[in-house]
Amino acid sequence: MSKVRVLVGTRKGAFLLSSDGKREKWDVSGPHFAGWEIYHVKGSPADPNRIYASQTSGWFGQVIQRSDDGGKTWFQPGTPPGEPTTSPDGMPKGESNKFVYDTSADTGKPLTTHQFYDGTQHPWEFKRVWHIEPSHTDPDTLFAGVEDAALFRSTDGGKSWHELAGLRGHGTGPKWQPGAGGMCLHTIIQDRKNPNRIYIAISAAGAFRTDDAGKTWRPINRGLRSQYIPDPEAEVGHCVHHVALHPSRPDVLFMQKHWDVMRSDNGGDSWHEVSGNLPSDFGFVIDVHAHEPETIYVVPIKSDGEHFVPEGKLRVYRSRTGGNEWEPLTKGLPQSDCYVNVLRDAMAVDSLDSCGIYFGTSGGQVYASSDAGDSWTPIVRDLPAVLSVEVQTLP
Amino acid sequence: MIRVILPPHLRTLAHVSGEVLLDVEGQATQRSVLDALEGSYPMLRGTIRDHVTQERRPFLRFFACSEDLSHEPPDTPLPDAVVSGDEPLLVIGAIAGG
Repeated sequence: MSKVRVLVGTRKGAFLLSSDGKREKWDVSGPHFAGWEIYHVKGSPADPNRIYASQTSGWFGQVIQRSDDGGKTWFQPGTPPGEPTTSPDGMPKGESNKFVYDTSADTGKPLTTHQFYDGTQHPWEFKRVWHIEPSHTDPDTLFAGVEDAALFRSTDGGKSWHELAGLRGHGTGPKWQPGAGGMCLHTIIQDRKNPNRIYIAISAAGAFRTDDAGKTWRPINRGLRSQYIPDPEAEVGHCVHHVALHPSRPDVLFMQKHWDVMRSDNGGDSWHEVSGNLPSDFGFVIDVHAHEPETIYVVPIKSDGEHFVPEGKLRVYRSRTGGNEWEPLTKGLPQSDCYVNVLRDAMAVDSLDSCGIYFGTSGGQVYASSDAGDSWTPIVRDLPAVLSVEVQTLP
Repeated sequence: MIRVILPPHLRTLAHVSGEVLLDVEGQATQRSVLDALEGSYPMLRGTIRDHVTQERRPFLRFFACSEDLSHEPPDTPLPDAVVSGDEPLLVIGAIAGG
């Protein structure tokens, strides 16, 4: 019987939530890395026992963690699990935590500044890894989206990292600026049909695409309108919160922007709004049903000044028409006095026959639906604030 | 031996439970002690000093002998009591919370 494993990153550690295919009874493991901010935990599609985690701290910086046994044990890549880390042999090199921007003239056009909050130019400064995206085919290859925004790749299981500098170097970098959460590269989507194509998104710069496996990039923001930049239709500067697609249709993208839910049918070359009847088109998460490419989910948030759900009601909205027509999903979710937020990486879907949907809140609840959103139950209610939710569907 | 006391999160990362004892070649300074620390515990690279600039991370401080040494130049000799092992060098995380 199939199983699912939900990987939850929180402000104070990581938690792994496991269940069989019925998704009724859950085993909770954690906190792992207690006390640290865990921005993201994600498993390798090529090897479900391989899981990567981004462990970060304002005090101590960035640490990459890896498990090769489905989350039972963890180690920093470069240190085999179980080996004494103080041994002269087999010590970690410390390189797995090292994210250094590429400043070489050969591999990009090195940038030294981006736009800061006050409009002045500011140097790039590495802060943390927001998102880890393992390769679909190789457990040792993975991407990391970082703050200040850049894309890194490891091809040795996270032991060492190298920037794909063509993204920062393509020319628009001086117009990128941080959103309230920092200038983060938070979305990385690999086209499973075309390994040379990758989409990424940055707050607040916008969405970008490569068609040559990361060497060169171009902005794909035509059709976006953002009133918080001098030219609302500028090439870059848009605060894209998240982007999702269905693997079977990699040219169809869905975007939750700061305000506006958007859709592209041509790989991001142009976008149109599909907010329709949503009570608010502000939000962070967006995701696509595992088996229905036109069924998408968002969690509307009241506004950019009030980061909680409207009217005290936690409602997931589902569209079965690829946008514009939305229905509230409320069964099992609090419908009064609820003021939580759901952050951009905090929703995921499993691939069981009856598609499971999962999301985590700033109040520490992780909700699950085993019927595509028709009804919800909390797996846990009292975790630290949830930063990210991913799910693995296991044989 | 130089005694170094790490904050709890770094002890967890380094898989140590108490003080760290270090042999430091040459003169004991912040730089030489941290070099020795990272040599023995490479997983701490980047957690106390920036990977690239080697500067102290902004939310960390270095205390010893009831003095704040955080703003001393990194090659300044450490106090004799630290060199002799009578007193530890403390790596302290800035206070947060309320």
